[in-house]
Amino acid sequence: MKIKKLDSFMQGVFLISALISVMAIILIGIFVFGGGIPFIAEYGLSNFLLGEKWTPSNTPAAFGILPMIIGSVTVTLGAIVIGVPVGVLTAVFMAEFCPTKLYKVLKPAVNLMAAIPSIVYGFFALQLIVPFMRRLFGGTGMNMLTVILLLGIMILPTIIGMSESAIRAVPKSYYSGSLALGASHERSIMKVSLPAAKSGVLSSVILGIGRAIGETMAVVLVAGNQPRIPDSLTQGVRTLTTNIVLEMSYATGQHREALIATAVVLFGFILVINGIFLLIKRKEAIR
Amino acid sequence: MSRNYIKGLVYFSALITFGSLFFIISFILIKGLPHLTPALFSFHYTTTNVSLLPALLTTFMVVGLTLIIATPIGVFTGFYLIEYAEKNNKGVELIRIATDTLAAIPSIVYGLFGMLFFVTFLRFQYSLLAGVLTAVIMVLPLIIRATEESLLSVKDSLRQASFSLGAGKLRTIFKIVLPVAMPGILSGVILASGRVVGETAALMYTMGTSTNLPDSLFSSGRTLALHMYVLSSEGQHVNESYATGVVLILTVLIINALSTYLSSRLTKETTK
Amino acid sequence: MSKVTIKELNLFYGKFQALHNINLPILKNEITAFIGPSGCGKSTLIKSLNRMNDLVEGCTISGEVKMDDENIYAKECNINLLRKRVGMVFQQPNPFPMSIYDNIAYGPRTHGIKNKQIVDELVEKSLRKAAIWEEVKDDLKKNALSLSGGQQQRICIARALAVDPEVLLMDEPTSALDPISTAKIEELVIGLKKDYTLVIVTHNMQQASRISDKTAFFLNGKIIEYDETRKIFTNPKKQETEDYISGRFG
Repeated sequence: MKIKKLDSFMQGVFLISALISVMAIILIGIFVFGGGIPFIAEYGLSNFLLGEKWTPSNTPAAFGILPMIIGSVTVTLGAIVIGVPVGVLTAVFMAEFCPTKLYKVLKPAVNLMAAIPSIVYGFFALQLIVPFMRRLFGGTGMNMLTVILLLGIMILPTIIGMSESAIRAVPKSYYSGSLALGASHERSIMKVSLPAAKSGVLSSVILGIGRAIGETMAVVLVAGNQPRIPDSLTQGVRTLTTNIVLEMSYATGQHREALIATAVVLFGFILVINGIFLLIKRKEAIR
Repeated sequence: MSRNYIKGLVYFSALITFGSLFFIISFILIKGLPHLTPALFSFHYTTTNVSLLPALLTTFMVVGLTLIIATPIGVFTGFYLIEYAEKNNKGVELIRIATDTLAAIPSIVYGLFGMLFFVTFLRFQYSLLAGVLTAVIMVLPLIIRATEESLLSVKDSLRQASFSLGAGKLRTIFKIVLPVAMPGILSGVILASGRVVGETAALMYTMGTSTNLPDSLFSSGRTLALHMYVLSSEGQHVNESYATGVVLILTVLIINALSTYLSSRLTKETTK
Repeated sequence: MSKVTIKELNLFYGKFQALHNINLPILKNEITAFIGPSGCGKSTLIKSLNRMNDLVEGCTISGEVKMDDENIYAKECNINLLRKRVGMVFQQPNPFPMSIYDNIAYGPRTHGIKNKQIVDELVEKSLRKAAIWEEVKDDLKKNALSLSGGQQQRICIARALAVDPEVLLMDEPTSALDPISTAKIEELVIGLKKDYTLVIVTHNMQQASRISDKTAFFLNGKIIEYDETRKIFTNPKKQETEDYISGRFG
């Protein structure tokens, strides 16, 4: 009986622990949405989302985040354009071409790549990509291309890790069936294994998008951070994340609320991305 | 598409990936190692020595405290989800959605939340405590997922054997399941510590960037990654930034090696 | 004398009825074999004798199972004590990933036996009863997973015996083993009869006829026939039983 009591007591402890995550999400919702939504209501949703001017210190101040939305979306798309083909093909290499001995080194290398702090990536870009861009295009070298290149590298481990396991999960019989029809190793992988893994690969891309759009500290070092709509890839850019981190330290009043509202928009993007990810995962589970 | 063309593309991509990784690491190491001077490890930070030691020690403190709080919560959550909750139960669904969402939130949003809730609302100020609690929420999903996966990898027949001997649930979990799942859980915990080591955005507005070693839970401090951010955004101490980068990379390298070693032990245990 | 009596037992997994109105005595110090095709309910029934079915979600049970006049499905029944009295050996050998010694000692320690000397004695006694003491006595500290499949299964039998059960349930204990290991286990099981009441589920009809005293034949969740093993295999009363044992289906 004593054991039974301890059993149900501990079950309670486990349940409470599990509810902490739920509580955290609720608190984050309350504080972030609660801090940002009143501002959006007051300033006007379309003024906020579609406003092209971000001049918090002017009177009257303008808080339009369209430049940041465009900035975030553009650099994320750019990162995907670079990161997805390289990442997916590297995943193919890891799953199908890599000799076992080499794999034992490269797998931890991918994990290490995922673990290198963003600040190190950012610093690297600042010291190397920025001067390179400066020589190529003039100006400061802090531009969208720099950010895209940097993010393209940073999302690689996310894409490689998930795509690789998706490719590995494809039944070997598909591949051997294709071989039996006389197709080459390469062709079988590209035409049979990779398409069969497409939902896993897609998930990896979506996680990559999440990582790119949420990245802050690496981007802030090299983006130039001008709050205006860029009209070429060689111009500087400010993203949603960097908008928050740049001004949060001194913002007060309405300005501060506008930054929290920026986080709400960012949060919205993430929720949509995550929703798509969960949908794909669920569809996969049903299959 | 011809065979060689495909093969060429695949190899080329792998070359780009691992080439850039190799390049980044060696770039930082080559530029940073010569500047890893004893002065960087002086106990007190001054604007002339730009010592990274206080930041390094603060990093250990933050990681340690975060894990002390997050590990039991995360592991217990895993216990609940895998060992207790009925499948398809609505509450479990809710917890899953919560942890999945937590995992997707960008660190800057965590930082902002930490600032609004811990720093301002709970009046912790910029402090070790506010930073640690923010980091706890951030790494929870990592630990939960690692725990879930390791628990699932423990064969059900072991649990049944234990129950069939008259052992209760708690004893079965702690004496049979946990020891088998331990390496996997530990590897997740270590990965979580890696995440904290590399974190900047979530800590900047919760811990502040004070250069001193925090002497209480309520004093501000900066971790190594934050230190490197401050140095590189100021642009005054480029060499020291490189050196700090070296220490950061080495720390992450050690953490990752440990985690890889432990998870390989898990696979060995469960497939034996 | 009946050690366990099953009365009007019905068992559902969700909406699916896995057992229909089962009535069966299990006699003391005898070996009762459950035979029948896959999915006939024989494993389900054996698992309701130590309430392992409680672990299956959506499983509901009506009727009663009495052990020495005590209904094991009564509210006041302590499941952990019940499982101490009714041991179980599984289809796949499932030793814990720990030393041989700790495997055997796990049960007694679970039930509060801490004294090292007593545990030592129990370990030796159980291993002897399971006919594996001679093979492992010199390396009790060795990980049980390093033993062969047949040895692992005998470790599992010893582990079940260590909590001093009255009934021992065996769910196809030799289906994962080679013929030599199977023969050893069969011999061991016959020897255990004098101290324990045994129930064995088996796919292997020769095994049932070799070792059991009584046999129950299951089909679609019902007991078709129950009798002395000799009679079931030489002179079955029901056509289905004859079809099954003569290999015409299943």
